[in-house]
Amino acid sequence: MKIKTISRSSDNYVPVRNTQESNLTRNLNPELHPFERAREYTKALTATKLERMFAKPFIGQLGQGHRDSITSIAKNFHAINKIATGSADGVIKYWDVSLSLELASFKAHYNRVTATAVTPKGQLLSCSDDKTVKLWSVNVDDYEGGNDTEVNKSKGLLKTFYGDHAFRAMDHHYKDSIFVTAGAEVLLWDTEKSKHISNLSWGPENVNVVKFNKTETSVFASSGSDNALILYDIRTNSPIQKIIQTMRSNAICWNPMEAYNFVVGNEDHNAYTYDMRYMNHATNILKDHVAAIMDVDYSPTGQEIVTGGYDKTIRIYNHKQGHSRDIYHTKRMQHLTQVKFSMDSKYIISGSDDANVRVWRTVSHERAGVKSSKLKNKLEYDEALKDRFKNMPEIKRISRHRQVPIVIKKAQEIKRIEIQSLKRREENDRRHSKPGSKPYVSERQKQIVGQVFKDEERENKGKGKGKKGKGSKKNELQGKESEFSGFDD
Amino acid sequence: MGKFTGKNGTQERANASKYERSKGQFKSNRGASGKLKHGLKKIDNQYKEAIHSAAATEMLLQEDAGFLEAEGMEKTYKFKQDEIKAAVDQTTSNKAFDLKLPEFGPYTLDYSRNGTHLLIGGMKGHIASMDWRKGELRAELHLGETVNAVKYLQNEQFFAVAQKKYTFIYDHEGTEVHRMKQHVEVKNMEFFPYHYLLATSGNTGYLKYQDVSTGTLVNEIKTKLGPTQSMTQNPWNAIIHLGSSTGVVSLWSPASNEALVKIQSCRGPVKAVACDRSGNYMAVAGADKTLKIWDIRNYKELFSYTTPTPASDLTISDNGLMSVSWGPHVTVWKDAFKTKQQSPYMNHLIPGSRIQKIRYVPFEDFLGVGHSTGVSNLIIPGSGEANFDALEVNPYETAKMRQDSEVRTLLQKLPADTISLDPNYIGTVDKNAGQARLSAKELAELKAKQQNNEKEAEIRPNVKGKNSALRKYLRKKTQNVIDQRKMRLEANLKKEKELRQQKAKRDRGEPEEKELLGPALARFK
Repeated sequence: MKIKTISRSSDNYVPVRNTQESNLTRNLNPELHPFERAREYTKALTATKLERMFAKPFIGQLGQGHRDSITSIAKNFHAINKIATGSADGVIKYWDVSLSLELASFKAHYNRVTATAVTPKGQLLSCSDDKTVKLWSVNVDDYEGGNDTEVNKSKGLLKTFYGDHAFRAMDHHYKDSIFVTAGAEVLLWDTEKSKHISNLSWGPENVNVVKFNKTETSVFASSGSDNALILYDIRTNSPIQKIIQTMRSNAICWNPMEAYNFVVGNEDHNAYTYDMRYMNHATNILKDHVAAIMDVDYSPTGQEIVTGGYDKTIRIYNHKQGHSRDIYHTKRMQHLTQVKFSMDSKYIISGSDDANVRVWRTVSHERAGVKSSKLKNKLEYDEALKDRFKNMPEIKRISRHRQVPIVIKKAQEIKRIEIQSLKRREENDRRHSKPGSKPYVSERQKQIVGQVFKDEERENKGKGKGKKGKGSKKNELQGKESEFSGFDD
Repeated sequence: MGKFTGKNGTQERANASKYERSKGQFKSNRGASGKLKHGLKKIDNQYKEAIHSAAATEMLLQEDAGFLEAEGMEKTYKFKQDEIKAAVDQTTSNKAFDLKLPEFGPYTLDYSRNGTHLLIGGMKGHIASMDWRKGELRAELHLGETVNAVKYLQNEQFFAVAQKKYTFIYDHEGTEVHRMKQHVEVKNMEFFPYHYLLATSGNTGYLKYQDVSTGTLVNEIKTKLGPTQSMTQNPWNAIIHLGSSTGVVSLWSPASNEALVKIQSCRGPVKAVACDRSGNYMAVAGADKTLKIWDIRNYKELFSYTTPTPASDLTISDNGLMSVSWGPHVTVWKDAFKTKQQSPYMNHLIPGSRIQKIRYVPFEDFLGVGHSTGVSNLIIPGSGEANFDALEVNPYETAKMRQDSEVRTLLQKLPADTISLDPNYIGTVDKNAGQARLSAKELAELKAKQQNNEKEAEIRPNVKGKNSALRKYLRKKTQNVIDQRKMRLEANLKKEKELRQQKAKRDRGEPEEKELLGPALARFK
């Protein structure tokens, strides 16, 4: 007789000392794990509910904020926790975000500050409607001895640049000591020189937004009151091309990972992402806001976009999806003027008309504290489960549900009806007109009125290409362009 | 399967099929677009990778399953328990106990989920809960009342006892915690650890589900099959199998008030039902001395055996050994679901006794036998699962681990109404719900068609109803109540019928019976 029975030695399973961990043996045979999927679904459901329970996006405000509405927030691209803010009363401040501490504060201008920027050297640039751009040092040693409570008036000021007109926007080059200002003219400046080094204006209209590409550093984009989006290259020292949209863009942000992509926030409640190589259509439309978008920003990962709206809400989008994944609002927050991702993409900093600078979590249920490996594993497992069952009706409903202010809710309903009626009207028009006379225009092209190249040759080349390519729709667009050829000078 | 590189090596795993969850479900659609196709391919590869790495973990398993093999002329079923006891190691032989309790038998028994604790219940009211490996008694009760069934709940901390009338829940010290007065005259109990449900059935013919975590009665189902003779649960999908006195095995879920499936397995009462761990096979023993093996994936009978006398109980171990008790005997069958076996794997006789209940010990090579003179533990090599999963059920858990796992399982409690024949239906697309995926146009067509059908159905031939006031009255009256009026009415009806028939015959021109017999004899008709 050959015989053997299971005889486990408890020494293998029970720890000798109570400080030791028990030996938790695994057996992955599916027969030992009945109801595998049903249990995972239950876990996913619980995880989704917990996610919503932990969703507390608001962290706090920076210090005491400003005394007037925030007009600009500038990131320091070379430090993770520093930002500069400017307000409508002419005060600029430099902040340590992690300590919520005001590092420097200057009464910079007599008029509202229209833009601030942090130079690669860590100095502060501010520009204003009072026709000046000022360079500030935020190094405390430079102006030590002043009274802390009193706003510093002249200490820290390094240089003043004078212009002929009010400056509406300004941005600094990523690494060179060059900055660009916008207003009645688009001017390129060198911080070493007192006069501007070149004038890149294209057309007579005012320019309200200007933004340097931080990756492809010689390129910048601007948006003006003639609803034009213009791209410039400082290597050729000229604008490249422009598109005219139906509505004005209030903000531009370049994708930090894909240098040719950028997003604009428009007055028509939508944000549009564009590829600078193919400007005849948007690559994506980000909908959901119910008022004009005042600011947009890409996360440093290039995966997410945050928008701040005149409807007093912040929305966060996946850059490839059309609708927001989250909406942030508080009772006291007024119209958003500025939203920015922090440089580690974990936080969002918002400035609004109520003079406060607020800090939010990018992922509302995430917590920053140090996590044990056990907790980390659990959170990772939960994320995987939520992703696996994300299309189950109950989980979908819970994870998508947001409490939205009644004003927004009403506005959404009204907007939905309006859009439907417009669509109906368009369809009716089409039905009652000569077939083919009112062709369908893709949603991503609707907002574009025309496209113009600075260089005549390139324009012609572009036209030729268009004719060879897509046929009637493209030609229609090209036709539109010629209407605006008057802008060429 | 594709070739894999990386941390799991490039070796193909022979045992990989064991870890397959859904065969053929991830075949990429031919008509799918590039993006979808790519996504499906990615999922498919992830799935294959998961199977491969799961199969690779098998070499880490610490324990080997037991076995009993005969050499030369020996036969495994000839080995006596004494011989086996002498041949095995000391710890195993120590565990093979024999409790002599002649006073309060016959005994029924149950093991806790992790196999550490044994609960015995004597018909005459003796209850004992013990850690049988250490030989420590946890609770002992003398109820002075009939005990029909005993069952541990989620762990050894609580157990349910079906007594003469009501069912009670006791805690680990034997304190009565609940009296469940809705569960009356219960003969069989089953507990679903993942749903926290206690299912009871018995003489009343009702199947009742009690949620033991909230204390609510989830569902009570009138089986309409008479007193329930035997009950078991399918551990794979939490379906209850009930054996009736007419030989029908019916499958029940708390989500439905009708039986999901009914199988006529034998003539006469079903004495015992058992399901295996994978939920693929069912064994049914009848009072007509048959023992049938069913494949419950397609409800086909696989093999049929006969027992010398009607079997009293039936159980299947984790490794697929099937035990049958009949009279004082226990017979163990190996590979009973694969081929028709000619001889049993093991035999045991408890002389002068009648076996009431047999249950395998989880994660051990033992079979607990409750009989009229006590409780015995028999060594059955190769019956138990050697390698437990400590995150699922842990025989070596500490009190702290037990408490944690209780909280965890309560958080993951599955809703009772999700119990269905396919445990993985959640998260799958219902391909049968044709309506759900019809386009608006198709739906409109379908609706129009239905309306047409209704219109057509409205035109009916003018058939006179066969109802009458008399018939209605008789129907309303209970069938077996016989009173003066009913008899009179029945006679009237009969007369009416005869008259009708006679009229019909006259119409056809056939001679009447009365005329055939003549006036003198027609009187006696």
